[in-house]
Amino acid sequence: MSSLTLAVRDSTTMLRRNLLHARRYPSLTLNLLLTPVVLLLLFVYIFGDVMSAGMGGGADRSAYIAYVVPGILMMTIGGTVVGTAVSVSNDMNEGIIARFRTMAIHRGAVLIGHVIGSVLQSVASVALVGAVAVAIGFRATHATALEWLAAFGLMALVALALTWIAVGMGMVSPNAEAASNNALPLIVLPLISSAFVPIHAMPGWFQPIAEYQPFTPAIETLRGLLLGSEIGNNGWLAVAWCLALSALGYFWSKAVFNRDPK
Amino acid sequence: MPSSVMPTSRRADGHPSPAAVSTVGLRKSYGDKTVLDGIDLRIPAGSVFALLGPNGAGKTTTVKILSTLITADGGQAQVAGHDVATSPDGVRAAIGVTGQFSAVDGLITGEENMLLMADLHHLSRSEGRRTAAELLERFDLGEAAKKPASTYSGGMKRRLDIAMTLVGNPRIIFLDEPTTGLDPRSRHNMWQIIRELVSDGVTVFLTTQYLEEADELADRIAVLHDGKIAAEGTADELKRLIPGGHVRLRFSEPSAYQSASVALREVTRDDEALSLQIPSDGSQRELRSILDWMDSAGIEADELTVHTPDLDDVFFALTGSNHPNQPKQEGRAVR
Repeated sequence: MSSLTLAVRDSTTMLRRNLLHARRYPSLTLNLLLTPVVLLLLFVYIFGDVMSAGMGGGADRSAYIAYVVPGILMMTIGGTVVGTAVSVSNDMNEGIIARFRTMAIHRGAVLIGHVIGSVLQSVASVALVGAVAVAIGFRATHATALEWLAAFGLMALVALALTWIAVGMGMVSPNAEAASNNALPLIVLPLISSAFVPIHAMPGWFQPIAEYQPFTPAIETLRGLLLGSEIGNNGWLAVAWCLALSALGYFWSKAVFNRDPK
Repeated sequence: MPSSVMPTSRRADGHPSPAAVSTVGLRKSYGDKTVLDGIDLRIPAGSVFALLGPNGAGKTTTVKILSTLITADGGQAQVAGHDVATSPDGVRAAIGVTGQFSAVDGLITGEENMLLMADLHHLSRSEGRRTAAELLERFDLGEAAKKPASTYSGGMKRRLDIAMTLVGNPRIIFLDEPTTGLDPRSRHNMWQIIRELVSDGVTVFLTTQYLEEADELADRIAVLHDGKIAAEGTADELKRLIPGGHVRLRFSEPSAYQSASVALREVTRDDEALSLQIPSDGSQRELRSILDWMDSAGIEADELTVHTPDLDDVFFALTGSNHPNQPKQEGRAVR
């Protein structure tokens, strides 16, 4: 068996194992979905009038719904991969990982299984949160099929990048609590991005923090694809952030995995 | 992948059988704590080898290095003809490992654990199902197969663990303290399982804290102490190094103790504990003759206990003094 076939086959086996875990114990995944949905409803129905008026969208909340949904979708990905960090950390403490290390299987299969499982889970979570958004009035009727495709591609790419980072965070965390703490930036970063409020409406000193981080270009690109707003450099920036984070997370996780276990 | 080295003995002793496991000068330390300080082993294929030692002696570290889980700091190790450092995948393809801590996936069922192993050994779906069912049945887990492994008892988890290890038909099996923490019944079950493995012709590398277990199962035993092999040989060879069993007489009255120690010859005295030790193999015949002897000498001990050699004795004998073949007792022998 060639090394590529071996890699694909063993990674598929590990992916099946992770999906089995997710299916058997769905509570972690579902809990993580709660945060973006609650935030969506909170910002639309509680703060929505003020937000909408502040953006010059009038008393109608639809303008703010349109603005906030792309940010909420990206936030959903951030929340899902926090679950990944926790489950990777839990898994690394299991004796079965030691067994995998002593078997003639593709070395990266355990991690690749986690990554693909997490990306699939992110996509499913985005679809569920997206359905809630549509139910409360979000519409992207002007987007072409190609733009929809690009939007999904972008979200999958963001999910891949954040997942690799989360896997690294999970690998260096001694337990689930530490993993969830270490992964906190993945929840906080979208809060201080352009997800809820346009950057130009923030205090001047804060604007660079909101601007120069991965979530803002990704959210702006998603807005442009779904709603037709200006994308500008954000498209390339988003892709560059994703590739850089993926590479960083990949090499980090691999290095930690190849270290001698305790 | 680098070409593998032939599994021949490194020693020029003309031993015909190839070594399943051989190490030369294996060393490992964590920080400034030396765990393994030069381990030389040679285990012929098809035999059972027991590495005997107390907690912290380096047994688990040895297994981890030989099973490619961690790397050694120095020395060489070959398993199934492959160098663990340069050809770990060659080693992994030949071995099965059951560690001290359960290596089963608790979140999924016993059957799913077995099918996971079948997939990772690239068995076809039907072959995997058949192997899984056979092994679950063989290890008496058929009824529990559909339950999550986290709900299993200690003995069941250990059996599932070994069943998973056997899926790929490994030629060399490492069992790290396979009976630690098991109740006596499960321990005897495990011994039976290990004997069956041996009759299938695999090489078994076993670690244990129990002399009795090594005695029951192993062809050869190495005693590991402070990261070094203190002694190596068959069970009988090792027992010859150990001071024999003895009968211990304890007195509460110093006067009775004094008269007994004068009346009895060939005893070891412990003046502080007011006790005497008489060498004995613990057999009925010897006990009777000791009792007769005591009766005729008019000695009445307050307590009589029979001691057989145990791991403590092995360690005191092999490592406790500068003269490993002398008895461990500190009291003066009375002649």
